[in-house]
Amino acid sequence: MTQQHIFGYGPVTCAAFNKDCTQVALSPNNSEVHIYESHGKSWEKIHELKEHNNAHGQCVTGIDWAPNSNRIVTCGADRNAYVWVLQDGSWRPTLVILRINRAATCVKWSPLENKFAVGSGSRLISVCYFEEENNWWVSKHIKKPIRSTITCLDWHPNNILLAAGSSDFKARVFSAYVKEVEKKPSPTSWGSKMPFGNLMSEFSNSPYGGGWVHSVCFSESGEKLCWVAHDSSLSVVDSGNGMAQSSTKTEFLPFLSCTWVTNNSMVVAGHGCLPMLYLHDDQGNITFLHKLDQSKSSSGGGTISAMKRFQTMDRMAATEVATTDPNTIHQNTITQVMVHSGTKDRCEKFVSIAMDGKMVIWDFKSLESSIEGLKLM
Amino acid sequence: MSKNTGASRFRKVDVDEFDENKYVEDVDETPTGTGPNEQEVSSLLQQGENVEALKRVLSNPPTGGKNQAAKDQAGRLVLRVLVSFKKSEMDKGIKALDSKQLDLLMKYIYRGFENPADDSSSSTLLIWHEKAYAVGGLGSIVRVLTDRKTV
Repeated sequence: MTQQHIFGYGPVTCAAFNKDCTQVALSPNNSEVHIYESHGKSWEKIHELKEHNNAHGQCVTGIDWAPNSNRIVTCGADRNAYVWVLQDGSWRPTLVILRINRAATCVKWSPLENKFAVGSGSRLISVCYFEEENNWWVSKHIKKPIRSTITCLDWHPNNILLAAGSSDFKARVFSAYVKEVEKKPSPTSWGSKMPFGNLMSEFSNSPYGGGWVHSVCFSESGEKLCWVAHDSSLSVVDSGNGMAQSSTKTEFLPFLSCTWVTNNSMVVAGHGCLPMLYLHDDQGNITFLHKLDQSKSSSGGGTISAMKRFQTMDRMAATEVATTDPNTIHQNTITQVMVHSGTKDRCEKFVSIAMDGKMVIWDFKSLESSIEGLKLM
Repeated sequence: MSKNTGASRFRKVDVDEFDENKYVEDVDETPTGTGPNEQEVSSLLQQGENVEALKRVLSNPPTGGKNQAAKDQAGRLVLRVLVSFKKSEMDKGIKALDSKQLDLLMKYIYRGFENPADDSSSSTLLIWHEKAYAVGGLGSIVRVLTDRKTV
């Protein structure tokens, strides 16, 4: 049902797959990026990319792998980003001039892979493109009206619009049109005027004004945008339906990542340590469908030794011995979920990485057959 | 060595106040509500209509805004209503609330923990907390912490 692999004892902070998902680039919570290759059921490390500075333990905060041009972009807390190209069997870095004075937080290639966007704690987004004449990557900044750290980014399929979530409790859609590398875009449901840096739409996460936005995701067509925030909510805006915004406040711990898996369903995961499926119907209602991890609680309870019983009574004044380990596949917060096989409107498999160092690939076909009543709509 | 090594007044300067990039909260002077009607709620309590009193007291809350007096008054009133419930009646009360009111109730429960009216109110609030948590889950508690417009 699920393929699991553990990459060490510490968290996997970020990861990205290559085009056919035979290789994955991930960072084990330090300044390095490791590339693993799939060999049947196991993953073997084939490369280590060490260019980001490690002063004061500055971690790599974002990785993205461009599927067609096969280039990797990484960004880190050292305020740098590098574009890696595979040459003669090894990955060679090129420094990107981001011009930020705080850590970079996230990075995403655009759909056509001629640009990428980097979010940072400098309250701005650096949209970077390759300048042929000088043979380097340069950046343009989107600043207004961002008032705090950019936590997450996602590109619209038209290669122009960029969604950004921030810790100023807002999700925004900007235009990242770079005239040096592309033609003028045609109007979309998000608006028609798209000069660089133009704020197309701004959405407040909550009328009570709270909750950092942790993850944003455009649907496959780009018409809908979903985001999750720290007030345990999930919100969707439908630009094809008059910018109708709906949100649901959940009873779970906050989610850190979200992705569309069909045109109406989203997989979200976060501090609850298990992925969940939500539905956004045509009337705009968001409903909880299923927990996608149906692991039963471990039956290690059986006969609890007398020693353990008195120990817990003594230490924790507990009359029952209850384990606090979550009975889910992931034993710690899930930091990222993304589509593995298929597309955002017809996902076949998705992958989750978490702070327990595990990467789990979930297959919808087997989930549908093992979970009663689960049908991907 | 500089002569003036005794001076340490500079240490008391709050440099963050002078940071031009300092995040300033969206100033929203208007509170979202004017607070529940005290007389209405009192009369409902006297009639024994606890559940209705609970719904009334959770409507129109003075969240956000600077009116501390209104917030205090609302807080005291909510506490009065909560304490008036018998343990067996609490479930009925919780069932009558929608999710927004439940989140608000959780906020008032925590406010009640912070400023207890008397010695026994905390234990009643603890039972309320257990029942509200059973319906609202961890999410309702997370929202007590993250919502910036407080009660």
